[in-house]
Amino acid sequence: MKPGHGEILLAEGDPAVREEEERLVEEFRRQLDAGMWAAVPTTAPGTGRREAQMIRDYGDIPQDAERVIFFPRASGG
Amino acid sequence: MLLALLALATVAAILALPTALRLARAERERATARRAARLGVEVDSIADPGRERRAEQRARELLRSCVNEEEWGMYRDLGFIRVRGRRTGPDGRAYAYLVYPHKPVVAYLPEERRLLSEYCVDFPDLTGAISDSRLPASDDVLAKWMALTGDEERLLRSANMHLVGRQVDPGRIRRDLWRLDQWERERARRSGDEPDAAERQLT
Repeated sequence: MKPGHGEILLAEGDPAVREEEERLVEEFRRQLDAGMWAAVPTTAPGTGRREAQMIRDYGDIPQDAERVIFFPRASGG
Repeated sequence: MLLALLALATVAAILALPTALRLARAERERATARRAARLGVEVDSIADPGRERRAEQRARELLRSCVNEEEWGMYRDLGFIRVRGRRTGPDGRAYAYLVYPHKPVVAYLPEERRLLSEYCVDFPDLTGAISDSRLPASDDVLAKWMALTGDEERLLRSANMHLVGRQVDPGRIRRDLWRLDQWERERARRSGDEPDAAERQLT
């Protein structure tokens, strides 16, 4: 998510393909270094509640995640 | 003679006004482009009036794909989302939050509808863009929803906390809680969970 633009596709690829995963990792780091927060929308096991899982490391991304959403980190308004 | 000259000068000034305004706008755009080039960021040289509308449409689709059906319906019909929190008060009762686009998050106790506080939070542009643009309304709601459901404590720590009433009218919040209550009753009635008033009288 980018102010003034909304949703922008940053990168896409198959994590199982090494070159594509490297590109995904690089973009992931670039976004976090820029101060963005990353999250994956999930469904909580048991309750079925929809929620987000905040991702701080590329390795934390759930295996079945189809997308990671980056958004500017929150600050006091 | 003097009067005629004065009238002529006034007419000339009026005729030259649109040109002067165009030149001023062009100069502003050139200055913005120079500043953008200096900082190495991208700026749209031509304003696109449909961009914000398209961004909001995309944002609504993204929000819809992330939240559950109930939350989406709430946002579509009422303009806000109620998020149940994990944080609890001293008596162990869990907080809930009302998430509005571009307004503070309002914390309250759902059982007694007691308003607790408002958390002023923003998601500013971190890229150094030459604008004071902000997230589309539905992206702002989604960002708050993700931060609240993903790491409630971090979001609340990042926010500025105030008593309710600083930015949001408490009367409006109470009306929204009443609307939410009505909306949930209607939704339950339609799904058959709760008999409507007529059925109740007959049984």
